[in-house]
Amino acid sequence: MDHTQTQNTGRRELQMARSMCWHCQSEVSGEYFCERCVKVQPVSKEADYFTCLGFPRRLTIDPQKLEAKFYELSRAFHPDFYQNKSETEQAISLSNAATLNTAYRTLRDPIQRAEYLLAIEAGAVKEIRTTPPADLFEEILELQETLEEYRASDQSSQTGQHLRSKLQSEQHTLEERKQEMETQLQHLFVEWDALQDRGEATSDARTQRDRLLKGMREILSNRTYVRNIVNDLVATIG
Amino acid sequence: MPRIVGIDLGTTNSLVAYMKDGVPTVIPGRGGRTMVPSVVAMTDNGLIVGDPAKEHLTRNPARTVYSVKRFMGKGLADVQSELAYFPYSLTEQGGVIRIKLGDKSYSPPQISAMILKDLKQRAEAHLGESISKAVITVPAYFNDSQRQATKDAGMIAGLEVVRIINEPTAASLAYGLQQKTQGTIAVYDLGGGTFDISILKLKDGIFEVLATNGDTHLGGDDIDRRVADLFVNEIRGAFDINLMDYPDHMQIVRLEAERAKIRLSDSEKTEIAIDLPEGKGRFTRELTRDQLEALTTDIVERTLGPCRLALKDAGLTPEGINEVVLVGGSTRMPMVRDRVQALFGKQPHCHLNPDEVVALGAAVQADILTGGTTDMLLLDVTPLSLGIETMGGVMSSLIRRNTTIPASAKEMFTTYVDGQTGVDIHILQGERELVKDNRSLARFRLKVPPLPAGVPRIEVTFLIDANGILNVKASDMRTGQSQSIEVKPSYGLSDNEVERMIEDSFKFAQEDVSARKLIEARLDAAALFTTTEKSLAEGGTLISEKDAAAVRVALAALNAAKEGNDPKAIRARMAELEEAAKPLSVAMLDNSLKRGLQGKKVSEVTKG
Repeated sequence: MDHTQTQNTGRRELQMARSMCWHCQSEVSGEYFCERCVKVQPVSKEADYFTCLGFPRRLTIDPQKLEAKFYELSRAFHPDFYQNKSETEQAISLSNAATLNTAYRTLRDPIQRAEYLLAIEAGAVKEIRTTPPADLFEEILELQETLEEYRASDQSSQTGQHLRSKLQSEQHTLEERKQEMETQLQHLFVEWDALQDRGEATSDARTQRDRLLKGMREILSNRTYVRNIVNDLVATIG
Repeated sequence: MPRIVGIDLGTTNSLVAYMKDGVPTVIPGRGGRTMVPSVVAMTDNGLIVGDPAKEHLTRNPARTVYSVKRFMGKGLADVQSELAYFPYSLTEQGGVIRIKLGDKSYSPPQISAMILKDLKQRAEAHLGESISKAVITVPAYFNDSQRQATKDAGMIAGLEVVRIINEPTAASLAYGLQQKTQGTIAVYDLGGGTFDISILKLKDGIFEVLATNGDTHLGGDDIDRRVADLFVNEIRGAFDINLMDYPDHMQIVRLEAERAKIRLSDSEKTEIAIDLPEGKGRFTRELTRDQLEALTTDIVERTLGPCRLALKDAGLTPEGINEVVLVGGSTRMPMVRDRVQALFGKQPHCHLNPDEVVALGAAVQADILTGGTTDMLLLDVTPLSLGIETMGGVMSSLIRRNTTIPASAKEMFTTYVDGQTGVDIHILQGERELVKDNRSLARFRLKVPPLPAGVPRIEVTFLIDANGILNVKASDMRTGQSQSIEVKPSYGLSDNEVERMIEDSFKFAQEDVSARKLIEARLDAAALFTTTEKSLAEGGTLISEKDAAAVRVALAALNAAKEGNDPKAIRARMAELEEAAKPLSVAMLDNSLKRGLQGKKVSEVTKG
């Protein structure tokens, strides 16, 4: 089959695709419903997930507030409440609810949230690492060898047991590394949010911004790499 | 807004419920029983459903269908291992199982439609209005084909299925409505043929499903089968009879196994007695609860794996669950309760009748859809990952399992070869890496304008709606034109087939009506015959011999008509008999009046 993955890359500048109510043609001033005829309005195709959930583009989000907003919007859009409405309204409700669910799922998880922000801020395709990060190169290479050895060995033998415990301690080390990366990410998140809050348009701010995006991207891709290795390890040694 | 009823279309029993003044209520049948056995029998007088059909299980096993839910959305290969257990004959046509009853074949949705129709009529009789819309429940772990088959069944029965909802979540609605609970609950639902586990977060009227898992081929049926196998083996050893050769006795054994299992939920031991075929004696034995548990413990164990997976997917440990709710008749088994309690570390709840709670929840959802209940909202998930086949026979996941529905994913397609005019897309559901290990849902061909390779850009939207059913749309990104897609289901009826079955069902309905008319006419005739005969014996001397002879002639004529198949003729003979018997009834009335007046004063008589 021939297909290419669609990327969730929005525009840097948010553009509202709709400006008119589909039903009464009045200028829509309400957020989700036309203020004149009270019909539900489709979420703009250009709206990013932050806008969709009414949050600023920040990396630190209070999960309680996010959930409350998600519930509130679910009550507004869920198809259950459009059973008696016109076909058009039912279709809008279905599509809005699906968008809302995707938005919530993406923003709920800090890692997915950061990956999504990178995509919309830098238009970046998610980078998939195929070689180990430089500082882990030796370690990963050795680990791969041990894994091969373990797979080939009689796993109940003493050698097998020995290799297994070696792999377990490797797993532990890598999980610690992953934890460290997540802590580093947290720091970058805070820096990013602070930079956004200041809202400066200086060249220094731009440099800062690029540095942060680059830093986050690197850690995120390293983290994904390490996570995959750990998953592979867990699948092998159980 | 017309009324919407809630229907639990179960493997063993089915129920219909509605919202009565804000309280979900199950609608009982004429006998007061709330459950309709999910059994359909083809008799000489037509199709019958429920309790009367259940009697045919042992009388006419080859033409009596039970547990049809196990076949919904399935091909014959899916049920190969258990074919020997079913006394009726199964074939396959166009990827859909067909059940042979007499000289006709029926798809599982058609059989299910007969059960649904019975429930529809039950509701109509009780509520005194016509019912055309329903919410129908399905196991949470049902895949797209199984859900679609259930929707088809509704259409064939003349019901618009406004929503398919998951059984454990339906149960949580009924439960939440009553308990006003907040927190995280686990719903453990072990029914006749299916097992589900759902973990939900209840907060401010929102019922958010965090994760669900299950096995659509695991339930009380499997336990009965295990016990029945034991009896069959023992009978073979002790009496040298292979009951497998006697389909009617296999049903007797199966039903006895089921009853024994039910009895052992309350007592420690029970007596089994099975009459053997051809007067070869009687098999008796004692069965203890310990024996039953030893025999079936692995079946119950099989439910624990899905529970652990659901917990993991919800990101929870057993300590994170505030309450455990039991649903489904099989959770009455003490062993099931013990295992659930051990796994979650808390005593499970069973305040609500586990047989009725799903139907009650369906009624609550129906009320939400009609706009009656506005403070509750169910946010359910899709139980299985949805994806498409990519190069090398690998499945590429588009919508992950446990994603809140409605859910959508967009995918861009293009061409490899210049002038290519179509792209074949194969949709799958499942958690495995390779296409062959997952469930094939459907295939369709995307039409592409002939252009150089890589130039066409067709965006396909895969949308799982609130019923958990997939909808596919495609649009050409270059022209902005959308294209309609004809999806060919891998294990489902085509739209044309469903149409035809709806038409057939109207025809059957007429046949059913005439069959019912005949039965009713015969019953009425028999009653009139008996009373008239009795009157003639008592009061024959009060009328002339000529009148008495006329009554005798009319009685004989009715008796003859009663044996025929024409309800109109029976009614006509009844009218003639009533006419002929008029002098007799007048004479008898006079006589009893006279006797009644004896010894009474005139004043007393005239007062009344």
